[in-house]
Amino acid sequence: MAAESGKIDPMHQFMIEPVFGHQWNVAGFNLAFTNSALWMVITLVAFWVFMLGGLKRELVPGRWQAAVEGFTGFISNMMAQNIGPEGKKFVPYVFSLFMFILISNLMGMMPVGLIPGLHAFTVTSHFTVTGVLAIISFAIVLIVGFGRHGFHFFSLFVPHGTPVVMIPLLFVVELMSFLVRPFSLALRLFVAMTAGHILMKVLAGFVINGMNAGAVYGAIVSLPSFVLMIGITVLELLVCAIQAYVFALLTSLYLNDAVNLH
Amino acid sequence: MDAEAAKFIGAGLAAVGLGLAALGVGNVFAQFLASALRNPSAADSQQGRLFIGFAAAELLGLLAFVVAMILLFVA
Repeated sequence: MAAESGKIDPMHQFMIEPVFGHQWNVAGFNLAFTNSALWMVITLVAFWVFMLGGLKRELVPGRWQAAVEGFTGFISNMMAQNIGPEGKKFVPYVFSLFMFILISNLMGMMPVGLIPGLHAFTVTSHFTVTGVLAIISFAIVLIVGFGRHGFHFFSLFVPHGTPVVMIPLLFVVELMSFLVRPFSLALRLFVAMTAGHILMKVLAGFVINGMNAGAVYGAIVSLPSFVLMIGITVLELLVCAIQAYVFALLTSLYLNDAVNLH
Repeated sequence: MDAEAAKFIGAGLAAVGLGLAALGVGNVFAQFLASALRNPSAADSQQGRLFIGFAAAELLGLLAFVVAMILLFVA
């Protein structure tokens, strides 16, 4: 886009556009199949292919199976460390969450824009998507917490050894910090992805505009920007993995609160 | 000063918060590295806490980015 106009529009990549089914209206809502939905499907297919290729249960794992076992072992270790033996029940949920976020982050980084007409879309760069993921996590925490402990769950908001005078104040503070959890969980992933992609588009705009402005500008603007962009791309790949890990880690910590009540 | 200019100045000021978050994140990893070099055998077990600290420091910086975006596109 920046090649012709010379203007950088870093927000255009987050536009949700219908791919097909413009006229699928159900009760006043347009249910068109958007590019966001398309990339979620691509993520799921990649996830399925990755898992089905590795679920062979061979005694001596091959390379693929070792990769899949590396991921599952990583998550089940994390759950065992943070929750204990009862964390085993939540491994399927946290593993799906981790892999979905990781693969959709990485899919957004894929250079499919090299093929004309195609654009990579980062599913996790929308607050609606990350918000729903965070709400699912929070709902599981609430259901498990109230299901196991009943109204005793509220003792989570009063740390051990609190002086009686401080209880009302601390209860309010802890309740606020509990209620803000799904918001912070969703916001972190959404902003990290959005900011990274904006940064990369701005740098890409520098490269293209510099080259369009002539050889001298190409040498002093485009070349350093391009080198910087390679570094930023590697950094963004790291951020993709870290954000998926942090989401899964915080979910497991919140589940630990619900299961073990401190 | 018209409102449009004030918006841009506000968004620019909000970006300062990202630099402060960079200090925080750097501090988290620097302290971890310093103590991991003193006691390398205990370092691996603390990696979860490292990333919790990183996530907390980062979130507060990302809020600055959200403020900038709200000023530019919503307000």
